[in-house]
Amino acid sequence: MNRHLIAAADLSRDEALLILDTAEELARVSDRPIKKLPTLRGRTVVNLFFEDSTRTRISFEAAAKRLSADVINFSAKGSSVAKGESLKDTALTLEAMGADAVVIRHMAAGAPHRLAGWIQGHVVNAGDGMHEHPTQALLDAFTIRRRLRGTPSGGLDGLRVTLVGDVLHSRVARSNIALLNTLGAEVTVVAPPTLLPLAVDGWPCEVSYDLDAVLPKTDVIMMLRVQQERMNAAYFPSVREYSRRYGLDVARMAALPEHAIVMHPGPMNRGVEIAAEVADSSRSTIVEQVANGVSVRMAVLYLLLGGTDE
Amino acid sequence: MHARSGGQTPGAASPGDADHSVSPPQAGPQYETQPETQYKRVFEPDEIRRALTRIAHEILERTNGAGDILLLGIPTRGAPLAQRLATRAGEFEGRAIPWGSLDVTMYRDDLRLRPARALGKTELPPEGIDGRTVVIVDDVLYSGRTVRAALDALTDLGRPRAVQLAVLVDRGHRELPIRADYVGKNLPTSQREQVRVLLSEIDGEDAVLLGQGPESPESPGRTGALA
Repeated sequence: MNRHLIAAADLSRDEALLILDTAEELARVSDRPIKKLPTLRGRTVVNLFFEDSTRTRISFEAAAKRLSADVINFSAKGSSVAKGESLKDTALTLEAMGADAVVIRHMAAGAPHRLAGWIQGHVVNAGDGMHEHPTQALLDAFTIRRRLRGTPSGGLDGLRVTLVGDVLHSRVARSNIALLNTLGAEVTVVAPPTLLPLAVDGWPCEVSYDLDAVLPKTDVIMMLRVQQERMNAAYFPSVREYSRRYGLDVARMAALPEHAIVMHPGPMNRGVEIAAEVADSSRSTIVEQVANGVSVRMAVLYLLLGGTDE
Repeated sequence: MHARSGGQTPGAASPGDADHSVSPPQAGPQYETQPETQYKRVFEPDEIRRALTRIAHEILERTNGAGDILLLGIPTRGAPLAQRLATRAGEFEGRAIPWGSLDVTMYRDDLRLRPARALGKTELPPEGIDGRTVVIVDDVLYSGRTVRAALDALTDLGRPRAVQLAVLVDRGHRELPIRADYVGKNLPTSQREQVRVLLSEIDGEDAVLLGQGPESPESPGRTGALA
């Protein structure tokens, strides 16, 4: 494919599996006394974050450092962006500083794509508006494969994955639906009609409005965050009603098959889309997802930066 | 940084690569897919078996019964060799000899010369490598760069009491001050030639082949998807 990772939808099955298999090997580095590899020594990775983030930025930073790359963190707050500098000028500044890769999070969909046209280095999308968040989808697929496949190799063929909640505003949902479909899983989205995009009919997934009907036929349930900050209109009558109809509580978790796992990309709204007891149960993979995120991002950085530049 | 010994054509197979440039197991032996290169067999299955038996004895002799040894094969073809040596040495001694595999890809000095490559498996026995005599096992010793990478990788995994090196074929042309402690066969070669080791676990048969053809195009494995 290309020299950037902009969207999970761009990945072929072989490319996605190469990333997951590489991550599987790199995950062992976390268990070693020396959690570092010399592979990207002398390379510079810039974390360019125009939007708040805790886990994604820290995760990329840890991944780059474990590969011995130098990391420069840039957040829009307190920078020249606050004085009105454009994305292009910021990008050219980073280029002049010798960035070999730029990890970008931006509130506007398409910003990573524009950036890739301006700079020589590799661009990794760490979330752009309501478009995509490909490394989140990769780490989710990695987590599913580890938990539900005896040997962590191959695709996710035949697994039934249900995404619940704010699909409309969720780049995590878009990336996951694309990647899960590429890897052979069957995806169902469950949400209030107001939180589904108009074009959902064209997506490679089933649509349902009834969570309880879907639960028994689910191997993986992925709860999406209710994104209060992107909601400038009334999408549902009350948080309480949303929680009653679409939240995952203990009773609903009991309706899942015994082997099913519960995922959440974080940050969680406990008591809204997921009950605290569910989030802390042994079926929840939420903490694992964070650990796996580092391995998957190491794999992405290695595969983009580890070889020749031609 | 990536300085190489003189006399090589740019773009030609570099010694550091050749040891592990083989594709993952596919249908049919490797050499059938490269008709431009003529291979001849220089090592038959019986000879490989006898060489490994001798190396297993030598390891036991040199390490006083191999009380604390660990055999670590470098993927792809070093790993089955390590397993065979461990099995054989274990039969002679009447107890299990631990073995594992050690992928050195992330420690190579030639990563930037080729698209990013897929990683091999690293599997260590649970007791680790601290305080043990580690015998690195590989199929072909050439430039020595793979072994250099393996020594670096070991340093990050622990502190062995000693490190030794066993290879099935030593083809010469070292670029680093590295030598093997146990050698199956010394095979004088020119740098234009190619050596391929086939093992039944991966290739369906045991053989060592010497290629006399034109300088090899690299046979990239499953690599470079993102580069």
